[in-house]
Amino acid sequence: MTTTTTPKTAPGEGGALAARPPQGDLVTLTIDEVEVAVPKGTLVIRAAEQVGIQIPRFCDHPLLAPVGACRQCLVEVSTPDREGNLKAMPKPQASCTLEATAGMVVRTQRSSAVAEKAQHGVMELLLINHPLDCPVCDKGGECPLQNQAMSNGRATTRFVDVKRTFPKPIAISTEILLDRERCILCQRCTRFSREIAGDPFIDLQQRGAAQQIGTFSPEVLGFAGELPGTVGEVPQGTTADAFAPAGDAPRGPALADESGRPFASYFSGNTIQICPVGALTNAAYRFRARPFDLVSTPSIAEHDSCGSAIRIDHRRGVVLRRLAGDDPVVNEEWITDKDRFAFTWQSAPDRVTTPLVRDDASGELVPASWAEALEIAADGLAAARRSGGVGVLPGGRLTVEDAYAYAKLARVALGTNDVDHRVRPHSAEEEAFLGAHVAGAGVTVTFADLETAPAVLLVALEAEEEAGVTFLRLRKGVLAGATRVFSVAPLASRGLERLSGTLVPAAPGTEAEVLDAVTDRAPSGPLADTAAALAAPGAVVLVGERLAGVPGGLSAVLRLAQRTGARVAWIPRRAGERGAVEAGALPALLPGGRPVADARARVDLAAQWDVESLPATPGRATGAILAAAAAGEIAGLLVGGVDPADLPDPSLATAALDRARFVVSLEVRRSAVTERADVVLPVAPPSEKAGTYLNWEGRPRAFAQALSSTAMADHRVLDALADAMGVDLGLRTTADVHAELDALGPWDGLRLAPPQEPAREPVVVGPGQAVLASWHTLLDAGRLQDGEAFLAGTAKRPVARLSAATAAGVGVPDRGLVQVSTDAGAVVLPVVVTDMPDHVVWLPLNAPGCAVRATLHADAGALVHLGAVSAQVAGPDAGARPTGRRARGATAQPRVPDAGPREPAWGVGAVHRVDPHADHDHADHDHAGHDHAGHDHAGHGAGHDRADHRTDGDGTGHDRGPQHGRSGTGA
Amino acid sequence: MAAPTPLAPVLSAHWDARRSWTLASYEQHGGYEGLRRALALDPSEVLTTVKDSGLRGRGGAGFPTGMKWSFLPAPDGGPRYLVVNADESEPGTCKDIPTMLASPQSLVEGSIITSYAIGCRHAFIYVRGEVLHVIRRLQRAVEEAYAAGYLGEDILGSGYSLDITVHAGAGAYICGEETALLDSLEGLRGQPRLKPPFPAVAGLYARPTVVNNVETIASVPGILRGGSAWFRSMGTEKSAGHGLFSLSGHVTRPGQYEAPLGITLRQLLDLAGGVRAGHELKFWTPGGSSTPIFTAEHLDTPLDYESVGAAGSMLGTRALQIFDETTSVVRCVTRWTEFYAHESCGKCTPCREGTFWLKQVLRRLEAGQGTPQDIDLLLDTCDNILGRAFCALGDGATSPITSAIKYFREEFEAGMHTPASVLFPPERSSLFPYTPREAGRGAQLAGAAH
Repeated sequence: MTTTTTPKTAPGEGGALAARPPQGDLVTLTIDEVEVAVPKGTLVIRAAEQVGIQIPRFCDHPLLAPVGACRQCLVEVSTPDREGNLKAMPKPQASCTLEATAGMVVRTQRSSAVAEKAQHGVMELLLINHPLDCPVCDKGGECPLQNQAMSNGRATTRFVDVKRTFPKPIAISTEILLDRERCILCQRCTRFSREIAGDPFIDLQQRGAAQQIGTFSPEVLGFAGELPGTVGEVPQGTTADAFAPAGDAPRGPALADESGRPFASYFSGNTIQICPVGALTNAAYRFRARPFDLVSTPSIAEHDSCGSAIRIDHRRGVVLRRLAGDDPVVNEEWITDKDRFAFTWQSAPDRVTTPLVRDDASGELVPASWAEALEIAADGLAAARRSGGVGVLPGGRLTVEDAYAYAKLARVALGTNDVDHRVRPHSAEEEAFLGAHVAGAGVTVTFADLETAPAVLLVALEAEEEAGVTFLRLRKGVLAGATRVFSVAPLASRGLERLSGTLVPAAPGTEAEVLDAVTDRAPSGPLADTAAALAAPGAVVLVGERLAGVPGGLSAVLRLAQRTGARVAWIPRRAGERGAVEAGALPALLPGGRPVADARARVDLAAQWDVESLPATPGRATGAILAAAAAGEIAGLLVGGVDPADLPDPSLATAALDRARFVVSLEVRRSAVTERADVVLPVAPPSEKAGTYLNWEGRPRAFAQALSSTAMADHRVLDALADAMGVDLGLRTTADVHAELDALGPWDGLRLAPPQEPAREPVVVGPGQAVLASWHTLLDAGRLQDGEAFLAGTAKRPVARLSAATAAGVGVPDRGLVQVSTDAGAVVLPVVVTDMPDHVVWLPLNAPGCAVRATLHADAGALVHLGAVSAQVAGPDAGARPTGRRARGATAQPRVPDAGPREPAWGVGAVHRVDPHADHDHADHDHAGHDHAGHDHAGHGAGHDRADHRTDGDGTGHDRGPQHGRSGTGA
Repeated sequence: MAAPTPLAPVLSAHWDARRSWTLASYEQHGGYEGLRRALALDPSEVLTTVKDSGLRGRGGAGFPTGMKWSFLPAPDGGPRYLVVNADESEPGTCKDIPTMLASPQSLVEGSIITSYAIGCRHAFIYVRGEVLHVIRRLQRAVEEAYAAGYLGEDILGSGYSLDITVHAGAGAYICGEETALLDSLEGLRGQPRLKPPFPAVAGLYARPTVVNNVETIASVPGILRGGSAWFRSMGTEKSAGHGLFSLSGHVTRPGQYEAPLGITLRQLLDLAGGVRAGHELKFWTPGGSSTPIFTAEHLDTPLDYESVGAAGSMLGTRALQIFDETTSVVRCVTRWTEFYAHESCGKCTPCREGTFWLKQVLRRLEAGQGTPQDIDLLLDTCDNILGRAFCALGDGATSPITSAIKYFREEFEAGMHTPASVLFPPERSSLFPYTPREAGRGAQLAGAAH
């Protein structure tokens, strides 16, 4: 980030360094009289860092390719010629582009007047057009330009002339503002977006002193023409309105990027952080604080299972911003925009600040003392335990410590195994997979492995959307030529294209069948390619949590791994999932992967927990717990961070909460659960507690408490709750939890048996129907993004994706509106015709205006109805404009009373299966109606290409033309 | 035989022929003989011939051409490229554009021979976009060459095949820098690349590439036709051969004079009818505006790479701009510096910011509003650019300033009190009736000074 380098050479150590014999691939050079041996290929600027010499620099960044643009790092260099005579290079050299060679003699500003003069000269030139507005600049106080101007610049300027100025600022997006006159054109931001994220949404424009960073802007580039359209409209009516100070709206829409694609970089915030001046600023943080007033606490991001290191900067108890931490083994120096900007939810106005109990008379929740609330909760849970039992739903966002407390409390105080942290589609097969393969396995596949793996197969995982920095690491491996990426998915996403990935097409629900077809006997095509690539040593299969929704899917993954020798890693979305698996917050699993059904495990654990015995029968999973509660079989629910809308059937969840006799909710904010709870116990959000996430690698990611707070972590509240129930949980502090986990040790006994489910027959698609494909986009209507309108403005616009043939079948043109409906409800979205299997529709799972689970009560793999929406009925804005998170409830009802022609023009009730195979032949489908719609069956030959489609890094090779043409023109 | 002349017209020998730009005219005067000879040889023998001739790059740097070709790594089966730099944009330089206008086939033939020597199957000619008439001639020449079987498959039955693409630039001085040219040719923003890797190793599309100037390539057919000894018979030992000298400015007969390297300006001025009548030489550029200026004391400096270098300048592109005593050095240098500020690509700090600053200081001096520190400031800023910039174009921007101050410091000192337009009324320098573009600007500035 900044250029600070801590001198590592202690006095007297220079001699020791000099005495060290050069090793294998090392070259020895001298920098300011200090001899240093560095690996061949090391840049001089890095070699100097090793001996504690800091050469000033701006464009240089260790994770970006050298460019040599700013010329600040000039040093004097001599190299030995063939005869070994030292010869000085005629000009000072940029140490950020010069590789160290044997015998090189480098003189930096510390020992060379030439180097010092050169650096002073460049610094003076950098400052002539800089506004020197440090006192009002966000970067002032932590600015490499400011710092190095002080350390390596002239005290005064000789510039008395006219500075170049620009109107300021321009909005690169709703999130990022650019003050061009501050920019020193080091190109770190453009290089980041090109080299790391692969989202080149900004680039250099103009030349000379007028050169500037910008979006593709006709005004700047000086040609006539319309703007390429605006995106990122401020989502009106979002909860942001409630939080944001008055007049603090995003500064207008963001432009489409240079490729004409709507701006949608998930990593754009990194450019702010690596900007060595204050040119790029964040709309929310701008003018809010001075860096020297901030207190920084290293932490771990809570938004995904990567466990990215972050730094929380806060002032007087308020978090003002978050930055990427530098952790080479996990996130390097990058984080997603969600990790960076989505933190306001933790201090939202609907925070629960005191315990609440439901007043018998009024039925309202009223504040109560901790003692009172705990007593009522303890009594209520004890009564519920006696009359049917209590189900425990901790939620998937907990620290290991918290999840362990839920797991232990369920067994010890509530006498049940009815505990499940999964608040999403799940299955018994998944639990078997987790118990056999994940729990207790420790760190197996790592981020570093992804960089070097010859092949990585993604199954039910959109790395960019669901595990952001994992995507960056994959891309790093791909760009280095080390890694090939394959993806079993219904469509090649932009993320996959930027990984130059190969799509192995699979309609939703057919993943297991497709995985089983990945064999060396497969006909040439993506299936055979994948099989061959996975056979290479070091190959990895990354499985997303969504595969739990596909019967047989996880079993097929294990079969595939066995066939090919590839290693398998499970990447859930939520930060707490892996930790909860290890902590035993599952019905059939005790901590450390100990099976509930294993008597030895139970005896061991009971001894450790100092109880007589543990419940012996595996408990119920989330869905079964809720069903039992809704049926009145379970009397009580102890619920952690659970949003019913995340469940496959949100109405079942609310019914269960309504029906259960006694509900205790541990929540940070008021929610659908607290509204139905009898007792609400406030717990601390991540920034107000210490804890440990286990990231998907299984790596412990401990973080300290950033803000002082009276809020307590879940484990401490649960400890007190157990106390009130007369049980000593012994988990009051994190140290207590750690001591107990350490004492528990690893499990060396049997694990759950791996699942062995066969692939299931694909669903039957009737006329006017399609199979739903869906996953979460990184930025959507999730509650953890509440209060950050600037971030919401950079989210992808919700669209429905259909193949050209399917769209034509429904009678919806590209960009037209389609209604996707079930018996429960309907959503209306604009269509983007996409290269994907026919009879499949893709929807964002939880976008503003498109809450799939809440509205449709459906999930990926389900059958939905498609229908065209005429403009008169829906209006052009109907589904296109984000209608805000509050609107979620409103969309539960069909928007369009009469969905229009439910029967597509071509459909005549022929029943056929959607064949996922790459070599699938549409002609098999006996569908006279196709011709009716003017489809050219011969054109389906192109379907083979589609299946065989290896996407191209920059997308230019992604020629979708012929397939579009097929539907557009007819035969 | 006529009286002995110091001229050595080779490229320009038939520029006066009727429709000299046509293939027919070119063939009439010995065109494509060099290619026939080359195709009879092994490519390595062609390379040796060019190496032996002592031909050096005519684009300014003077790097030995044969050696440059030999830097290409051994063939690996992949493509190798020849890129001809025809982005002639240096102020004062006008040799490649007349060559391509009057004798485009010499460039085409040279490109074919060079491509044959280096194993290239696709050559590119990157022409300055502003010279549309030249682009048309060149395109027509390539068409004619294809039609005559000099290009395309199996050239003259030799089994060798070559395609040539003529590509027009989009108007940027930086694209004359070879790596910026390659980026521009690839469709990217024209800015210089980091070296190494050098183009010989990873040039166009990251493949081995030779980048040569138009005149260099156009000189190759002659060498094949006449032999390396013939070529060496001209010029000096280290600067062999003929070259185009472009005289412009206050000279009686401006134009291209093709002569052996090592000729002097005095000889050239004699041929060109001397400085314009009634005036005397004040200063001149030996190789375009990027080379340090010379004065009358350098009239007898041999115009070869070594002698010009020893005298403190560079042979450059042999663009001899002649200025007589009516010219304000300050104004002239200010115009040049405005050019460099306008054309700086913006990639590196010294060139981008330095030229921006120099321009303002020089304008101040031109207006007679300079400060006593300004001359030192100019020199120090030039020192902070020279050798600190990313590419040589930054260095070139400083040459006219430092050399002008060296020879005419008193004129810059006068800039602290008197506008250049008062000391050197512009209408006296003008070769044509003078109409100031910004009428009254000088007067205003002068008025503001009081």
